[in-house]
Amino acid sequence: MNEVKKTKYWNPYIGGVMLGLVLLSANFISGRGLGASGALKSVVVTTVNTVAPDHAENTAFYKDYNETHKNPMKSWLVFQVFGVLVGGFLSGTFAKRLKFKVEHSPKISSKRRLIFALIGGAFFGFGSQLGRGCTSGSALSGMAVLSLGGFITMACIFGTAFGLAYFFRKNWI
Amino acid sequence: MGPLVVNEIISPDTNLFLAFLIGIGFGFVLESSGFSSSRKLAGMFYGYDTTVLKVFFTAAITALLGMLFFSLFGWVDLSLIYINPTFLHSAIVGGVIMGAGFIMGGFCPGTAFCAISIGKLDALAFIGGLFIGIVAFTEGYPMFEELYKAEFMGTPTINEFLGLSRGLFSFGLIAAAFGMFWVGEWAEKKFPREEY
Repeated sequence: MNEVKKTKYWNPYIGGVMLGLVLLSANFISGRGLGASGALKSVVVTTVNTVAPDHAENTAFYKDYNETHKNPMKSWLVFQVFGVLVGGFLSGTFAKRLKFKVEHSPKISSKRRLIFALIGGAFFGFGSQLGRGCTSGSALSGMAVLSLGGFITMACIFGTAFGLAYFFRKNWI
Repeated sequence: MGPLVVNEIISPDTNLFLAFLIGIGFGFVLESSGFSSSRKLAGMFYGYDTTVLKVFFTAAITALLGMLFFSLFGWVDLSLIYINPTFLHSAIVGGVIMGAGFIMGGFCPGTAFCAISIGKLDALAFIGGLFIGIVAFTEGYPMFEELYKAEFMGTPTINEFLGLSRGLFSFGLIAAAFGMFWVGEWAEKKFPREEY
């Protein structure tokens, strides 16, 4: 075994309890869980509404979305995601982790890492729309309220990632 | 009493402000737990770092237990809490696609926001990818609509589905989580790694 190094991150169980308390307060205050991908959808719809209003009026998805959402940017998730950016920045500042860098395994190039991040993001973005939420909105928040769909999505995300891990091992180990 | 906004104890605008504060807590905890590092997140799938498993399940059971006690004390009306609806097919297919995205990209959307906030450029590429994926879905929506809406089951909870009480299922889940933590600790000893 390697020599034990002092960890610079929180103990994961303490982090988990803290995250659970954040999720609990979201449910207690707002009657809903945490999320992330929904805010990006708001940005996409708003961008299309602004840049190509004709297209938004004539395309099924945006038409439906705009009928049920008066102002997509004035949504709970958009405000929450702005908070995530601030909270992450604050934590990184206190822990002296602010630094521009491409994090990757020493065995692969930065370019390869960025290409895979882009492709992975595209998959995740598409899947989050089809699955009605990502790891936070569907899996974690869904599990906390015991949603059947939340458990199914959680099992599929982690199950698939485990199943495919072998094929992408060069990128990570 | 709770949820506060549904019971009109706080206004919708206050709710949005509190969403911002909740987001700060969310981002702070994610970053402090190491979720701003894709190599740490991906470590879960190779056994060298099971932080994701520990944080994720500890959070889920903490929130779950909290809700159970809040409801027991009459602090929150569980019937007013949003329960994610279950569309069986899209939950499975969407989850599988997200899992593939996770192992390739090393982030999920929430952790990517957290990572970009401290300057990780691979998270920026991931977020660029997220936009591409979301636009592919919204533009091609008519093609996916059938799958998206197939097998709607309402908003069942998993304990109803299994015919168990909320408390009993929660107890089982907590026991299962502790079992997984034990496996995680074992795996980390077996596959040692450096701290990123």
